[in-house]
Amino acid sequence: MELRPLHIVGAQLIDGDTPRAGSLLAVDGRIAAIDPTEVPDGTETIDAKGQWLAPGIIDLGVFATDKPAFHFGGITRAALMPDSGPLDGAGLVERAAKGGKPDLWVHPLAAATKGLAGRELAEIGLMKQAGARAVATGRGRIADSGVMRRVLAYAASLGLVTIIHAEDEGLTAGAVATDGEMATRLGLASAPAIAEAMAVARDLALVEETGAPVHFRQVTTARGLDLIRAAKAKGLPVRCGITPAHLLLSDTAIGDFRTFARLSPPLRSEDDRHACLAAIKDGTIDILSSGHDPRGPEDKRLPFAEALPGMAGAETLLALGLGLVRDGHVSPGRLFELLAATPASLLGVDAGSLAVGMEADLILVDDGTPWQVDAKKMAAWAGNTPFDGMPVQGRATMMWKGGLRIR
Amino acid sequence: MTSSTTRPASDYPPGGDAFRHRHLTGIAPLTPWEISYVLDAAEEWVELNRSGASKHDDRLAGLTIINAFFENSTRTLLSFEIAGKRLGADVVNMHAAQSSVKKGETLIDTAMTLNAMRADAIVIRHASSGAVQLIADKVDCPVLNAGDGRHEHPTQALLDALTIRRRLGRVEGLTIAICGDVLHSRVARSNILALTLLGNEVRVVAPPTLTPPAMERMHVTTFTDMDEGIKDADVVMMLRLQNERMDGAYLPSAREYHALYGLTPKRLEKAKPDAIVMHPGPMNRGVEIDSSIADDPARSTITEQVEMGVAVRMACLDILTRRQRGVPGWN
Repeated sequence: MELRPLHIVGAQLIDGDTPRAGSLLAVDGRIAAIDPTEVPDGTETIDAKGQWLAPGIIDLGVFATDKPAFHFGGITRAALMPDSGPLDGAGLVERAAKGGKPDLWVHPLAAATKGLAGRELAEIGLMKQAGARAVATGRGRIADSGVMRRVLAYAASLGLVTIIHAEDEGLTAGAVATDGEMATRLGLASAPAIAEAMAVARDLALVEETGAPVHFRQVTTARGLDLIRAAKAKGLPVRCGITPAHLLLSDTAIGDFRTFARLSPPLRSEDDRHACLAAIKDGTIDILSSGHDPRGPEDKRLPFAEALPGMAGAETLLALGLGLVRDGHVSPGRLFELLAATPASLLGVDAGSLAVGMEADLILVDDGTPWQVDAKKMAAWAGNTPFDGMPVQGRATMMWKGGLRIR
Repeated sequence: MTSSTTRPASDYPPGGDAFRHRHLTGIAPLTPWEISYVLDAAEEWVELNRSGASKHDDRLAGLTIINAFFENSTRTLLSFEIAGKRLGADVVNMHAAQSSVKKGETLIDTAMTLNAMRADAIVIRHASSGAVQLIADKVDCPVLNAGDGRHEHPTQALLDALTIRRRLGRVEGLTIAICGDVLHSRVARSNILALTLLGNEVRVVAPPTLTPPAMERMHVTTFTDMDEGIKDADVVMMLRLQNERMDGAYLPSAREYHALYGLTPKRLEKAKPDAIVMHPGPMNRGVEIDSSIADDPARSTITEQVEMGVAVRMACLDILTRRQRGVPGWN
């Protein structure tokens, strides 16, 4: 099919800190010019009517290829965690990478160890050739420090970032909540919040030793974030991320045994939540992602401790991110660094910003439209959102992947 | 019927519902006057139960009560069964071991099945915290929590409060030490809630490995030294120590636990001279409590607790089924 050049006019471009009026031209699926003075013949023109024109969201670390949810949420690329499968072989990675065609980029993350068992190195090199864009430890961490050291060094030699889950498995064994009043009142097995900082500390020491680049997928406690901050000050190749849940909810959300609020890592104290907000403001946190993990009633309509952790986050990611802008925690430009530019650079893809030469993965964002999160009416294949009933503002109204309109 | 320790009417708010809950999922939702109301009602059943041959009151005749026990229990199940039968209800027991739960049916499906059988009250025990609430949200009849995970065991706390009130004449302004495996104990959680709510000073005495986090938020003081913790206490409440806690994960050995936290006559001297000793049963004699204390009727309330258990459960079943039975004023 012939791809017509695309000219989006009347937009507020998100290519700096604050939106600015402008237009964008995409030719052959790539961004050809910003504010072009002339456009080729046969160009399709779209009037954005003052909406934001932003890079498509690159959702780093999802657990399912759930297209309807990603399309609703303005997500053009999803980096798929290796847990389902697990993605520990080249064939599996290749198939997962094709799972989004034609209207979604799926970037598989290679399992760090065979079967994600944390013992033997997986064929990371072959998986890279098959399309893996980074390495990940999955839902858990690698307990054996020797194995972890080898994974980091090996992945680094292939130019891949290792994406880490940071929770000390000894402290968190059997736990479904963070130590605190809520867990005690509900009678839930809980683990101290320092389980995160301890895991972060070990891996930072290994980063210092090996020089390997890492990304902590979710850092959710004050102490964990302090360690990241200090490591960055030292110049270590470290990044970290978070989901909106840990920025907007604390462990009070698990009251009444709400299994939709059972997450991994578990929701933290209110003090830790404020530390997360401060860290997103001061730049310690680099990536905001959805952690999209749709779970049906068979996994969630159970007693709290028997329910599986995870939330369907893809649809609410953008709206909750816009909430951070409205509340003054981040600027619009910084929001799309968190949502697109930084994940793109981590994955090494030519996308994630409105710059000439980038893939024309674009979204139009109406940043003001109010709507209400409704677990019963989600595009995702399961509605396990801890934000059920929450009024939010803003959504993606149009989407292009490589210059092709997909919504 | 009269009661030996009837509370003044002013203890209940005028015009308010005496007990406004549809279920008894825990102590947490209750107010102090609701607890007093249940205790007062239970007093009357104590008298009936002691009245000799005729222990029957048929107010629940024709109602079906299902005791759904997803976790093994002898005493609580028996106590609920007797309570239901004394009130004239048809009581059916469902044990998880014999049920389709083992065949993979989910808890909600089981709940819907029980609901479809038109039970008039369901009594549930389950190994997972929050399981009873989950069922209560799905069924049409009152649900009574007979223990869910580490969360709550409200009838135990009510019967303990009643036992204390009858023995010491009041259950307020007392110093009560709860000793043992508090971390894994729903009995401890419900008792902490009930006894602090009623205005007592509650202490938790436990090894650090068996003390839950954030106890100060539950308005209790924690002790790791047993002698210090039970000093001048009016009530020493011992908890059962599960055998699997003694294998080195939480405690080095039963022997060491007894040496540090076992209730011995010598240790009990630290408490008030007339202090009572409670235990929810079943006891590990020689581990958390010495036989000489357990069998001393002047100190031990253990058999009285069992007796109060039946009365309290009769009161709860009576109160919670009043709406279905159309008792005037309950709608």
